[in-house]
Amino acid sequence: MIEFWLNLPLWLQAAIKGVAVIAVIIPFAGACSMAERKVSAWIQGRPGPNRAIVPWVAWIPFFGKFLQRLGVFHLMADGGKFVFKENVVPAHVNRFYYQLAPVVALIPALTTITVVPFGAYWDAAAQVLRPLALANVDVGLLVVFAVGSLGVYSIILAGWASNSKYPFLGSVRASAQLISYELSMTLSVLPVFLWVNAPGGGGTLSLFDVVQQQSQPGFWGGTWFAFLMPFSAFIFLVALFAETNRQPFDMPESEADLVGGFHTEYGEFKWSLFFVAEYAHMIVGSGVFVLLFLGGWNPLPWVPLAPLIAGLPAWLGGLIAIAIFLGKVATFIFFFMWVRWTLPRFRYDQVMKIGWQKLLPLAIANLIAYTIGIAILQK
Amino acid sequence: MAVIQVSRKPLTFAERTYLPQIYGGLKITLKHLFAPKDTLEYPEQRPAIPPHYRGVPTLVKDPHGREKCVSCQLCEFVCPPKAIRITPGEVPEGSGREHVEKGPQAFDIDMLRCIYCGLCEEVCPEEAIFLQNQYSMSGYSREEMVNHKDRLYEIGGTLPDEHFKWDKKKAAAEEAAHGHH
Repeated sequence: MIEFWLNLPLWLQAAIKGVAVIAVIIPFAGACSMAERKVSAWIQGRPGPNRAIVPWVAWIPFFGKFLQRLGVFHLMADGGKFVFKENVVPAHVNRFYYQLAPVVALIPALTTITVVPFGAYWDAAAQVLRPLALANVDVGLLVVFAVGSLGVYSIILAGWASNSKYPFLGSVRASAQLISYELSMTLSVLPVFLWVNAPGGGGTLSLFDVVQQQSQPGFWGGTWFAFLMPFSAFIFLVALFAETNRQPFDMPESEADLVGGFHTEYGEFKWSLFFVAEYAHMIVGSGVFVLLFLGGWNPLPWVPLAPLIAGLPAWLGGLIAIAIFLGKVATFIFFFMWVRWTLPRFRYDQVMKIGWQKLLPLAIANLIAYTIGIAILQK
Repeated sequence: MAVIQVSRKPLTFAERTYLPQIYGGLKITLKHLFAPKDTLEYPEQRPAIPPHYRGVPTLVKDPHGREKCVSCQLCEFVCPPKAIRITPGEVPEGSGREHVEKGPQAFDIDMLRCIYCGLCEEVCPEEAIFLQNQYSMSGYSREEMVNHKDRLYEIGGTLPDEHFKWDKKKAAAEEAAHGHH
């Protein structure tokens, strides 16, 4: 199996991986949008979408009814609608950039997923845990930050190309917000990598190594970084909300004052690409948070995964690891939604004030404190 | 008028971090997440209609299943949108109700015109027309939206009667006839 895979030409491997990303993430984003609608409905005391059903599914006695109440077919109807709607381009837009923006939104969102390990399997021959990732590169997190932040270009492009004041204002706000919070985000993860990269070892920014660091035996080895570095986790979390443009940092969209923000002039499939990109960012962001601070695929703090799956076949252990990881990511995405339907939006000046006057100094102070602490501990 | 100076307390540090408030809000929304839903799922679940609801106007019969309308046409005259059209007729001989003299031969209410004002019910001297609790009317054609007499009696049903006015009149007339002798 592995040999067969490795013997395939490189371009074919890359193509299969690319298709796999699209085939997994786009349904996942769709499921997130459905979850969003259901969670919002439940929080507001409504049952949520629960009517649409395909006739032949209605014949399944219990399960069909369950799927109907869950609103699964609303999701499919939505997706189908987006695909078959007329491709409208308003007359006043810059056609080239207008069409380019949704593509630019989707590409970085999907690209970052390649370097995020989503599970691990036990290599019985070498007696080590190996990551399940499309590309387990040493610069892991750097790729996520570098490529992920390219997403802001799509918002700027969309706002600019729409040639209309509300999208433009939305995109200006979004770009300022993303740039402000990226600083705190990057500074907040530095203590994690200072801790992982002990002097003498090879330097790495790999997300897999971060999880390995949290799966060591002993009290300090098995502690998730959320407990070791709560301030880092908190700053990263707040910055993550801002980076993914989620409430309460919903500046680019802020439909109350900006109509629809940067995608006001967009409709049909192009709009849905922005939508998918937002959820893909959310999924990757949640995944990175889980890997960095919540122990990745380790089921519980101080309970590493490797001894649990060492005796099992590699594929089963891998599936268990993926299930644990996805479960954590799903919980985290639920948290995103829970916060969204709880909090109102910050004012723009509040967003800037929090970002520059509170979060950034906190992140710097946190970095300095942990630098000194880690220097003393690892001397 | 005395001016009351209200001192605005500065926010505490905890409040300025937003976190206690966010935590409180999350607790509230989590409670609502699991609370029973408020939505009435309409076609399957129907709302409880309060008494004296002004729904579709109907004709009612008395507890003995007799027609109450005497086709006086007061409702037809009072109806602001002119939705009611009555064709008066005679009460047939041998029915035991000849003394009522008149009954509607046809009674049409055009529900496309009806404004559910309830004036017909208010004006009726016979308590024969009532706005009852049917709140949804639909049809595929204009003709379907006109309620004819049989349909009006079908959705109207029977309502209790306190007076039995025409029975009393008949009895009184017979009494008077006997008393004369």
